Amino acid sequence: MTSPIDPSPIDPPLALLAELTHRCPLRCPYCSNPVELERAAGELAEGEWHRVLGEAAALGVLQVHFSGGEPMARRDLLALIATASDHGLYSNLITSGTLGGEREISAFAAAGLKHVQLSFQDFEPANNDRIAGLAGAHARKTRFASAVRAFGLPLTVNMVVHRQNLGGVPEMIDMALALGARRLEIAHVQYYAWALANRTALLPSRQQLDDATRIVEAARARLKGVLAIDYVVPDYHAVRPKSCMNGWGRQFLNVTPSGKAVPCHAAESLPGLDFPSVRDGTLADIWYRSKAFNRYRGTDWMAEPCRSCDRREIDWGGCRCQAFLLAGDAGRADPVCALSPDHGVVEAALHQAESAPPEFVYRHFS
Amino acid sequence: MERLEVSATSVLRLAPHIVFRFDDTRQRWIMMAPERLMLPDEQAVEILKLVDGKASVDAIVDVLAARYTQATRELIAADVTAMLQDLADKGCLTDDLSD
Repeated sequence: MTSPIDPSPIDPPLALLAELTHRCPLRCPYCSNPVELERAAGELAEGEWHRVLGEAAALGVLQVHFSGGEPMARRDLLALIATASDHGLYSNLITSGTLGGEREISAFAAAGLKHVQLSFQDFEPANNDRIAGLAGAHARKTRFASAVRAFGLPLTVNMVVHRQNLGGVPEMIDMALALGARRLEIAHVQYYAWALANRTALLPSRQQLDDATRIVEAARARLKGVLAIDYVVPDYHAVRPKSCMNGWGRQFLNVTPSGKAVPCHAAESLPGLDFPSVRDGTLADIWYRSKAFNRYRGTDWMAEPCRSCDRREIDWGGCRCQAFLLAGDAGRADPVCALSPDHGVVEAALHQAESAPPEFVYRHFS
Repeated sequence: MERLEVSATSVLRLAPHIVFRFDDTRQRWIMMAPERLMLPDEQAVEILKLVDGKASVDAIVDVLAARYTQATRELIAADVTAMLQDLADKGCLTDDLSD
């Protein structure tokens, strides 16, 4: 039996990803949203989000990331930022920068927003707009970045990279500096949802990856204290899997536009898991007691080679979604791991990456 | 912008978007930065409490040297400077000159 004061030895979550909407003016072919996009009519109402933010703070969440889709497509975003601040939550806006500008940023800053992460699809405007599937996107993003800096908010530029823009890493770094960013995230596409459908068009060759990594490492040393560069390598090229979400249900929870609580933004793709809705229970109930959050928590669920691996509490078996997508079973080791019996699937994809890329399949509502 | 080089005469404060506070849930001091949570140890907490935009690094070292007499002032100065430089490099501190 657990007591109501100390419900379990499970640590409270550190961060909430609030996916306010799937609506977005961009159509990126690697969008991390599910292939089945949620329409506006199915979204949580403003009042429900206010309640979720309060429950998150009470549960021990420290940081909230307002995301989407494009979160600025929600007209109540300003009110939600203010509520987050009232609850002492450190708030971050993850945006495409293609809706709104100075007026919105100024209001967000006054409401207590702490940071803006602004995505770019490339440094080069024409290729940026082609990948984003939106004409004029690069110019809008550039204006948005100026507004963020003008109101004193710290800016992170997020560059999603893949084989069709990876050669531009030096120019991406220059662009981030010119925009006044203190942080640059160079994140290789991760292969879920839309990105998995476009994997062959996106996965870089080993040579491309090694060149980019060398450039990033040199820039990090040169720009120490000026620009921090976070570099997320494509896990397909790694030997051991990423510590996905730092472990299932350990630090992180995500609420989708329709109010489902999931341990990561891709977990809805997993079959046989009944993800609870914030409409049916409190976040504390969901975090500590729901079957879905306990399913792959810790190490008890693991099979070999994870179960006896000395890295089992370092990478937590890698990614459950990737295990399902590539090996057909979310309970297996992440096939990215060279020790996984399913590793051949990853090697086959890497082999394909050495030849010419096919056309993109753009994100759309089906 | 240029790198903030921490020296004995630097007068530092937390950058405006940094939150350093006690967390009731976890019963410990935390420091929050964009998409980053830091859990300063006891020693770091003592130093951070003295970073107020008024005291120089030298003055902070004086306070700590008086408090911890078992370590030499020189050693404390080296530790404090290294920690503050690391935080400055992460964008957590400002001296109002470099940004």
